[in-house]
Amino acid sequence: MSKAVSALNGATWSDGIATISEVTLQGMITLRGDLSDPAIRSAATGVAAVDMPDQGQAQCTDDRGLCWMSPDELLVLCPYDEVAANIEKMQTALKGIHSLCFNVSDARAVFDLSGPNARDVLAKLVPVDLAPERFTKGMFRRTRMAQVPAAFWLHDTDHFRIICFRSQAQYVYDLLKTASACGSTVSYF
Amino acid sequence: MLMLTCPVCGVTAEETEFHAGGEAHLTRFGPGSSDDDFETYLFMRENPKGVHFERWRHVYGCGKWFHAARCTTTLEVFGTYSAQVTEPPKEILDAISEKRPGWTWRDLA
Repeated sequence: MSKAVSALNGATWSDGIATISEVTLQGMITLRGDLSDPAIRSAATGVAAVDMPDQGQAQCTDDRGLCWMSPDELLVLCPYDEVAANIEKMQTALKGIHSLCFNVSDARAVFDLSGPNARDVLAKLVPVDLAPERFTKGMFRRTRMAQVPAAFWLHDTDHFRIICFRSQAQYVYDLLKTASACGSTVSYF
Repeated sequence: MLMLTCPVCGVTAEETEFHAGGEAHLTRFGPGSSDDDFETYLFMRENPKGVHFERWRHVYGCGKWFHAARCTTTLEVFGTYSAQVTEPPKEILDAISEKRPGWTWRDLA
């Protein structure tokens, strides 16, 4: 089998006011189905080993987690090499229930944006209120990042994790670099 | 700036996170209907100065369709509601009546 590589092969940049790094090979599974169905919820929490997130929330620790995408879509995060086994586990658990599990690990790119200015940098790019008291840990937001769709959450203090489409990884990376260029500190938050 | 609240995922965002889907509450006339009905369905749209009902899609968010009632002159949004209805719910109509007494839109008032 060919060697799997992420979109930018773990590119990192820290010459500006924030650190940007691509997260390599994050396992991602899209689970579609009625999220109010206990069977679907337990299938997801079973493989992710975290609690079910509420609407608009994410439950993430390290490379495991659950992200609430819409009332019928959940993004399951797990280690890259466990994806196939986890999909099989979910499909077995969901036999006969109207649902879909699909491996999207290689169709997405994940970035880390960190540093004391991370909030300011991200706020330049997304139409979201990122004030510290408005966007808190645990929240998950799908939105628009300049011209492309993106989703992000606060992984840790001053540390955002961003997901975008793989084909747009270079665009998002360049965008984040531009927004965190030296001398562009806003210090709004 | 037009701010909409998606009733599906609860997110309040500005216009660019959504996509407008045209006039709301149209009755579709397809194959077998009269030419007049078909023409009206295809081409006849309201273009009001004031209260308007529209379909919107939360295209960069949850991806779901919903309905919005808003004022086309002030961009004030009276409310957003489920896409799975054929007419606006009473609380939306009441909210409009409170802010725009005497309003009309097609056969609604």
